[in-house]
Amino acid sequence: MRTPLAERRSLWALAAGRGLPVGRFVGDALGRVALAELSHGSSIEGSPERLRGANVLVASERQLPAVLALLQLDGLARRVLLCPPDLPAAYLPSVLAEAEVDFVLCDGTGPAAAGDFIACADHVTPALAWPGGQMQTELVLFTSGTTGRPKLVVHSLASLTGPLDDGMAIAPDAVWSTFYDVRRYGGLQILLRALLGGASMVLSQAGEAVEDFLQRAGEAGVTHISGTPSHWRRALMSGAAGRMRPDYVRLSGEVADQGILDQLALAYPRAQIAHAFASTEAGVAFDVRDGLAGFPAGLIETQSGQAQMRVVDGSLRIRSTRVASRYLGAAAGIADAEGFVDTGDMVELRDGRYFFVGRREGIINVGGAKVRPEEVEAVINRHPCVQMSRVRGRRSPIMGELVVAEIMLRPGHALEEEEILESCRRELADYKVPAMLRVVEALEIAASGKLVRPRA
Amino acid sequence: MSIRATVLSQIQQIAARQKKTLAPLDDDLPLLKSGLDSLCIAILVAALDDALDLDPFAAGDVAIPVTLGDFIALYENAAG
Repeated sequence: MRTPLAERRSLWALAAGRGLPVGRFVGDALGRVALAELSHGSSIEGSPERLRGANVLVASERQLPAVLALLQLDGLARRVLLCPPDLPAAYLPSVLAEAEVDFVLCDGTGPAAAGDFIACADHVTPALAWPGGQMQTELVLFTSGTTGRPKLVVHSLASLTGPLDDGMAIAPDAVWSTFYDVRRYGGLQILLRALLGGASMVLSQAGEAVEDFLQRAGEAGVTHISGTPSHWRRALMSGAAGRMRPDYVRLSGEVADQGILDQLALAYPRAQIAHAFASTEAGVAFDVRDGLAGFPAGLIETQSGQAQMRVVDGSLRIRSTRVASRYLGAAAGIADAEGFVDTGDMVELRDGRYFFVGRREGIINVGGAKVRPEEVEAVINRHPCVQMSRVRGRRSPIMGELVVAEIMLRPGHALEEEEILESCRRELADYKVPAMLRVVEALEIAASGKLVRPRA
Repeated sequence: MSIRATVLSQIQQIAARQKKTLAPLDDDLPLLKSGLDSLCIAILVAALDDALDLDPFAAGDVAIPVTLGDFIALYENAAG
């Protein structure tokens, strides 16, 4: 696929430019819209002119209303924020202020449903042709924040579509899908591949059983599909993986180990299996298509690709045109003076390949969801029986990693396991609650006064 | 305790702790229909590693079990 001149044409112009046959669609479990409908209709209430040059936040529980809105807003609005459905409503006011949002688009569900909004639907109502525009719209993604409010990461259509020029041949009758929400970087990549490649897109749906999603993907003729290794393990465990027959299976968002790569090759013998490394800030660094875990050392410091990588003090750094331009409202930049983004992902060289060995800051990756140990420790440490605790990742063949806690008790106290877990469940998301608590005699403190954090 | 009994007992403990309602645990039950989600199954695998000192998934090339019977058999085979 060639990268079109994204900086001068809108997402809609690029998508429509690949042709709008009646069979080309975007759909989820509840609805399906032929892209051609958008050439003579709109999903957004009222006049499009008030949105011209405006800052717009798009929020809905389902992805379909947001995708339709994005297709109409890119090029027209100055800034579009793709709000994830799980943003705590308490964070909304500061997001709206920081991004100077003029209008909220909402279908009546999700984090912004309680405030004023312009209605955006999951279907298209015939109307005058949508005006579109040539503005270089800022596309703002939310980091999958580990604690506190997510950061707002500013991309453009050009930075987001940079990774698409990877020589992958896509047939125009392809049907893409992803287990991800397309308002996350990994999912948005797949949506853009579908839209710019002339293909259709099957969206996942929160709360849908994995076998139902696989069934739906199979019936829609999905040819290209992505997910985290944990998504794929769940698909294989459902026994329903065979309900679709993809040509291309992609893994990202977590370390792909050899086990899951081999399992997918068995389950989908005619599919190409690729695993990619990307982050919301750094964009896609590379994808690996040789079926082996890790990545060839030759990818480091090669100048041929669009992304350059180096390893400094064991962590992977990336420089490319796909890097986000900045955080909204933050003084700190995303890249260093040379343009490299420090991913914080630690790598080790073994036999000519680099393997990911964990996060520098001890961040735990549970099935693609990030957990900062300090956040869990803070909850545990509030219990009167706890002197001190250390939370770390434990390798899991099912979820990549699990959260486990080591606890040093106060003298004379016994472990109140159930009470500690109950407070964690009350204050933390499910995947952050320690799977196991273990009492230890002591926890090592470094000369710096910080807890020594071993890598999982 | 037999491996089967250990697996079933761990499933019940994890379900109770995670406030999940279990389906009747027979061998044909698909694991993901048992009432445990994939996070619970990950916790189960870690708990069995501690209880039995067995991690049949560590081999990497194991077929991912679909039913409870497959899952128990995986541990019974790993124990030799």
